[in-house]
Amino acid sequence: MQSQTIDPAKTELNHHHSTATVGHHEEHPDHRLFGLFVFLVAEGMIFLGLFGAYLAFRSTLPVWPPAGTPELELLLPGVNTVNLIASSFVMHNADTAIKKNDARGARIWLAITAAMGAIFLVGQVYEYTHLEFGLTTNLFASAFYVLTGFHGLHVTIGVLAIVAVLWRSRVPGHYSNEKHFGIEAAEIYWHFVDVIWIILFGLLYLL
Amino acid sequence: MTQAQIQETANFPVRIDEPGARKWRDYFTFNTDHKVIGIQYLVTSFIFYCIGGVLADLVRTELRTPEVDFVSPEVYNSLFTLHATIMIFLWIVPAGAGFANYLIPLMIGAKDMAFPRLNAVAFWMIPVGGLLLVASLAVGDAPDAGWTSYPPLSLVTGQVGEGIWIMSVLLLGTSSILGAINFLVTLIKMRTPGMGVHQMPLFCWAMFATSALVLMSTPVLAAGLILLAFDLLAGTTFFNPTGGGDPVVYQHMFWFYSHPAVYIMILPFFGAISEIIPIHSRKPIFGYKAIAYSSLAISFLGLIVWAHHMFTSGIPGWLRMFFMITTMIIAVPTGIKIFSWLATMWGGKIQLNSAMLFAIGFVGTFVIGGISGVMLAAVPFDIHVHDTYFVVAHLHYVLFGGSVLGIFAAIYHWFPKMTGRMFNEFWGKVHFALTIVGLNMTFLPMHKLGMMGMNRRVAQYDPKFTLLNEICTYGAYILAVSTFPFIINAIWSWMYGEKAGNNPWRALTLEWMTTSPPAIENFDGFPVLATGPYDYGLERANEGVPLSDPNPLLSAGPNSVLRADPDEPYPTIESDLEQRVSGNKD
Repeated sequence: MQSQTIDPAKTELNHHHSTATVGHHEEHPDHRLFGLFVFLVAEGMIFLGLFGAYLAFRSTLPVWPPAGTPELELLLPGVNTVNLIASSFVMHNADTAIKKNDARGARIWLAITAAMGAIFLVGQVYEYTHLEFGLTTNLFASAFYVLTGFHGLHVTIGVLAIVAVLWRSRVPGHYSNEKHFGIEAAEIYWHFVDVIWIILFGLLYLL
Repeated sequence: MTQAQIQETANFPVRIDEPGARKWRDYFTFNTDHKVIGIQYLVTSFIFYCIGGVLADLVRTELRTPEVDFVSPEVYNSLFTLHATIMIFLWIVPAGAGFANYLIPLMIGAKDMAFPRLNAVAFWMIPVGGLLLVASLAVGDAPDAGWTSYPPLSLVTGQVGEGIWIMSVLLLGTSSILGAINFLVTLIKMRTPGMGVHQMPLFCWAMFATSALVLMSTPVLAAGLILLAFDLLAGTTFFNPTGGGDPVVYQHMFWFYSHPAVYIMILPFFGAISEIIPIHSRKPIFGYKAIAYSSLAISFLGLIVWAHHMFTSGIPGWLRMFFMITTMIIAVPTGIKIFSWLATMWGGKIQLNSAMLFAIGFVGTFVIGGISGVMLAAVPFDIHVHDTYFVVAHLHYVLFGGSVLGIFAAIYHWFPKMTGRMFNEFWGKVHFALTIVGLNMTFLPMHKLGMMGMNRRVAQYDPKFTLLNEICTYGAYILAVSTFPFIINAIWSWMYGEKAGNNPWRALTLEWMTTSPPAIENFDGFPVLATGPYDYGLERANEGVPLSDPNPLLSAGPNSVLRADPDEPYPTIESDLEQRVSGNKD
């Protein structure tokens, strides 16, 4: 129905022409960055919901973790935590490098971050296979697996995002000190995943 | 390439996400134009309104007699569960998003939403989620634990149906989160130069508050549903008391979303009514800032009242006290809005067209729903009528008498902008009369039924409730009939209605400053504001809104197109053209 009143000068090939010269809405990095922050608020609220539920379960039961739950080993997750926190700093180096137009340096730092993220995931899987309780053992076990698993899913997405950025940066000049939204977005997401893990580690292992 | 080939190529969409609709078929594509997406949302959600309405009439048919004689109790449970889920997640919430998609960029003078492709993705989740839900009827195992899906009940009834329900609601929730992100970024970052937050139309304020609420509350529902899905499919016992879990935690998580959801469902239409009433009363809005800030107050308070749905769940007394008080406080910002609308109409030149009739109907019935809401906020009264038809009456007065009348008011008001054609007023008024009669006949007796003690969600009841239930059922049939004049009128007017012109209501907000329907990318350049959005009848309103980069279509006599003289009713098409021509001579 809208076809009748569309200004022909603005449509079809002319439309492409004008968007190519004027700049399309996709090319507003400031909006995308702000959009990412708004998105992370929503992500944060999911985790907040899960943390809240965990605390609620914890407060309704007289003994926590329920009697008979094997003690959690702290060494491996501790090393993993240090690894994840360190990877956030490594990731920041990638961002700093690209802002200095050092594409090669950025690629190296990105690769190291992805590797550290992968190590974290391997460590988590290793921990899962060696724990003495399963998903349905008791409420604590269920919450443990669901919360760490949901976080692990986010780490996986983060690693994939970094790999995607790395793949794109193989084209010389794809990222530069003026145009590096991809790297910045991956970095912010990675920091977010890191912060969530620190809260999660405190809740599940230390509290 | 020859000129002819270029021409030929130009007539076919090159990419699947080519923005804009040229043919009706374009509405079935992955289109990134916010106006196409807006109409996709509106039409899709209206289809689901019809499906949900049929389910509602089946429920009412069962309840016409005290015995179980129309459908089996199991089917009955599925009917009311699906009715509620569809009406909430597939009709009212997406309809609000539809108007927001269509109007926000136009109202703030932007070319499109901040993330057009994300916008299209968010829309296409709706039909997928909806079909999933409706398909559960076909597999014969539809969800039947009520739209709240309280465990442990939802864990022991049909597993397939419950799983489908969780998947579908997660999908629809994701869609509304993505939509909210888009609205927030667009509203904050893409206003035309010179438009501060206090020059934003009130619909934009309302959508800002709504989106913030979606962003804060919907993810918590998602978290609850994830845990519920684990309980249902993986054998965990988060919400199952037999394994040490706590079903009340689910209720907290569910209502942390689902109470704010009622504001997600009403705030956009508060915004729409705030646009409609001043325009059709030919008066500046009374208390612009009060209406704008009260939306924010409602959305903040909406986040801290959820447990008033759980007064009978065994939560501690001091907590009930807190939630009772915060719930009652919400009546204050809501009352501010109601009084502002009444004060706007006071002494105005009210044009009683379909849009305004629905808007006035909205104010009237919403007040009834609001008052019964304050009654329910009082703990002792709530305990007395808990899970009775009084609650059903209250929520339908708010959601039907509020949101649905608001949706129709908004459709009648913006139909000329969306389609370039006028609605047939006579059939619009018939639609309004049938709706208002049907609505009150269906839901008013439910207050009495609830006070007498009739439970909700039952297929069989004490014969002493028969008469009132019969009245409700016939009212529901009238409501079903009332949609027919609307559907036929909408299709007919869209195809053959009188041409509307750019600004048939002589409104001052920016969406009326472009063609009807607007071209792709809405405006040439950035529109510049010369008046506030509601300065009807003020001296400077006659100046109109000049554009920085005048388009002949838009600047054909802005003085004549935009003039909002309080003594002058709407222009006819002829007088509009005359004025434009004479305006051009100057």
